[in-house]
Amino acid sequence: MREKVSNGWRSLPRAVRSAVGLLFVGWFLLLLGDRISEFRVYQGASVATYLVAIVSIVLLTGFSGQVSLGHGGLLAIGGYAAALVMADLHWPFWIAFIVAVFAAALIGALLGIAAARLSGPYLAGTTLAFAVGLPSLANQFSFLGGEQGLLFDIGQAPKHFGENFSPYKWLFWVTGVFALLAIWTASNLLRGRHGRIWRAVRSNETAAALAGVNVARSKVLAFTLSAGFAGLAGALLCATVSLVTPGGFSLSLSFAILTGAVIGGVRSIFGAAIGAFVLVVLPMITDALTQTSSEAVATNLPAIITGLLLIGTVVISPGGVAGSIASVQRHLALKRQKG
Amino acid sequence: MQQFLNTLVSGASLGSIYSLMALAMILVWRSTRVVNFAQAGQAVLSTYVGLEIHRITHSYVLTLVVAIIFGAIFGALVDLLLVRPLLRRVGDGPIAAVAPVIVTLGLLGALQGFVGLVWGGEYRSFPAAFSQDGINIGTMKIPFSQFDFFILLVTLAVMLTFAYIFQRSGLGLAMRAAAFEPEVAQLAGVRVARVRTIGWAFAGAAGALAGALITPTTLLAPNSLDLLLVFGFTAAVLGGLESLVGGVVGGFLLGLGLAFVVAYLGGSFTFMTAFVVLIVVLLVRPQGLIGARRMRNA
Amino acid sequence: MLSIAGLTTDHGQVRALDDVTFDVPAGSLTAVIGANGAGKTTLLRTVTGLVKPTSGTVRWYSQDLLCLPTEQLVRHGVAHVPEGRSVVAELTVSENLQLGALWRGKDPDVQIARDEVLALFPILSERLGQRADTLSGGERQMLAIARALIARPKLLLLDEPSLGLAPLIVEQIFQTLDRLRKESGLTVVLVEQNAVSALEIADHAVLLSLGQIVVSGSAKLIEKDTQLRHAYLGY
Repeated sequence: MREKVSNGWRSLPRAVRSAVGLLFVGWFLLLLGDRISEFRVYQGASVATYLVAIVSIVLLTGFSGQVSLGHGGLLAIGGYAAALVMADLHWPFWIAFIVAVFAAALIGALLGIAAARLSGPYLAGTTLAFAVGLPSLANQFSFLGGEQGLLFDIGQAPKHFGENFSPYKWLFWVTGVFALLAIWTASNLLRGRHGRIWRAVRSNETAAALAGVNVARSKVLAFTLSAGFAGLAGALLCATVSLVTPGGFSLSLSFAILTGAVIGGVRSIFGAAIGAFVLVVLPMITDALTQTSSEAVATNLPAIITGLLLIGTVVISPGGVAGSIASVQRHLALKRQKG
Repeated sequence: MQQFLNTLVSGASLGSIYSLMALAMILVWRSTRVVNFAQAGQAVLSTYVGLEIHRITHSYVLTLVVAIIFGAIFGALVDLLLVRPLLRRVGDGPIAAVAPVIVTLGLLGALQGFVGLVWGGEYRSFPAAFSQDGINIGTMKIPFSQFDFFILLVTLAVMLTFAYIFQRSGLGLAMRAAAFEPEVAQLAGVRVARVRTIGWAFAGAAGALAGALITPTTLLAPNSLDLLLVFGFTAAVLGGLESLVGGVVGGFLLGLGLAFVVAYLGGSFTFMTAFVVLIVVLLVRPQGLIGARRMRNA
Repeated sequence: MLSIAGLTTDHGQVRALDDVTFDVPAGSLTAVIGANGAGKTTLLRTVTGLVKPTSGTVRWYSQDLLCLPTEQLVRHGVAHVPEGRSVVAELTVSENLQLGALWRGKDPDVQIARDEVLALFPILSERLGQRADTLSGGERQMLAIARALIARPKLLLLDEPSLGLAPLIVEQIFQTLDRLRKESGLTVVLVEQNAVSALEIADHAVLLSLGQIVVSGSAKLIEKDTQLRHAYLGY
């Protein structure tokens, strides 16, 4: 009987299976949301936001093998696009999110066309300049609100969610749904044709080109899609702080996303989840460590720890946490085979 | 006309500082195939060390000299303790291509955090050797100051020294050979690893000097040299990232170009201009404006 | 003399050299021949430490070469000219020569050695100020050999000096090699796919196939062995 069920389950398309799995995860998180404090719920929303941002790096760096230090700039585009749509057109927030995806993807495609001709350090430097330069544009145009930025409020939960459905819980719900959607889309992308092509290009560009892959197109596509995810992450980020400002997309945001991706492991979506978790938990740990120390320590210790973690991960375990877990699993499986 | 001349001279003095930073990035790139984003962190650390020397000795010459020597030693240590083991370990691993970028970024963050921890985050003023007021020519006052003149002079001296070392000395020959054909150099008896470390030391010195020269105008804070990093990188790319002469030319072009943008379009366009220049150069002339033939695929 | 014993090198899963053992007597010219992929280049690269062996020893007289870092070899009289006309393209001809003698510092003999190698390859004297990437293929190969010789090596390892060169140039280079070792007592290991030319000037020969030695011995004998030639050298 049990075998039959599992066979039936296996015969379903992978996309359907992962959708069901993610729905379960979502349902579990929703139940969890009722049991924990408001602050933890808010942190959950942050994890979901970072998760989307890191998935975009996983797609770009882990699969397509391109590096971007400027994803903060793409997040900014998503955030501003969403805020403008809501402020000027008064469309519902979920449409604003979709607009954010497309706006960032458009800019990402342009960047990607440039990026496809660059490699490693050139791309890193160029995207770095992009991230440094872009937010300052907000001061140029008055409709972007200057340093004060724009308000971005996704509002209250609909009435039928119940009386005591708090704004934080609503935020968590919205970010969670979009994050799960993003994961589902990304994992299908990466498992499918494009994922295979990206991996082929990453491991040997010449060989892929000889096998008939259009290398440049695959890179531009990866950059475009990655930018789309980044745009969504930007909109979600703005939703969690109800505000879009140039300062919100500093270089340190770009670095934080990259840090999360590297520590979690750039090669898997599971790694992205770990990375997002680390990004939210790390400040809590440093806060706890620096509670009794001076202000100078409290403001600078996180940067030092993050920097050292980045270096340590690359030197000790280049695959990040997810990569290490995978290699331990392989090791155990080998042992079992032999035993 | 006067504004044009003013822009020209202030652009030249800024450009010479960008050139120094570009030189630092090119030296590291040529020897190790790593773009060192931590260069800004190393420079900021050296500048703070210089500031400390100035507090104790009140001697500007000593400040500059100690900052440069410290920059050189620290650059060599970064190569010895971090980059060498990293390149040995990473090999062909999952993130081999991006690992150096990520590690130097991590170092940048850690260094800036460390500097903030020791010296605090507030802006500090840094001494200048000479007056930063404009010079009077007759009744006319031009914005070109004695300090600007000093900057131009010092960078010129440094570049001539570098040119001499690279073109005329055995060490320079070994460095060039090790940069372009490490294997041939090795077989010819060049201690390639040591020569690389010397390259990192030179780069650290050049970066420290750039930091010390730009700081009197920008003030000093843990992340006050981020801009210098971006402009230095842009200048290096303008010059093709392989050629030292190219880096110097790129630095001056960028300095002058940005000065004119600021003068005629307004200060907030500097970044976007630098970015657009970078993209256009990379797309149209990826080998740099006066670049070598090599493609940028490392 | 050079003695190689039980040398085994792996490239990942692939065994490139399998238990290779042979001696090169001092003052002789030994040709290492074999098809593409036989492990000839790997052999030289392992001897000079550019590739790390899995096991085995390489001795040059009493010196264990495998425990020396590559850049020290030239100081022990071992010079290696890798495959592909290995010069530094960005440097001038004169600078390439200078590079070869850099480790000797201000030794007055450097100038003498330089004059000697220029006499050996007179065409280079006309090109001293040019960048190496402006040279023809043959000139580059000559420069690569000259760069190695200026260090006054006792043992010269040459990897495919004839690759992609016109027959006349190959002839010229091989004649120079032949003269050189007869005059100076230089020991030469010559890796070649061009077996005909190599066997002509070689005393001894080692035939490699798939990383293993098929036969080693007198060059004249191998040259005459029709069966071997058909099976491994294709002529």
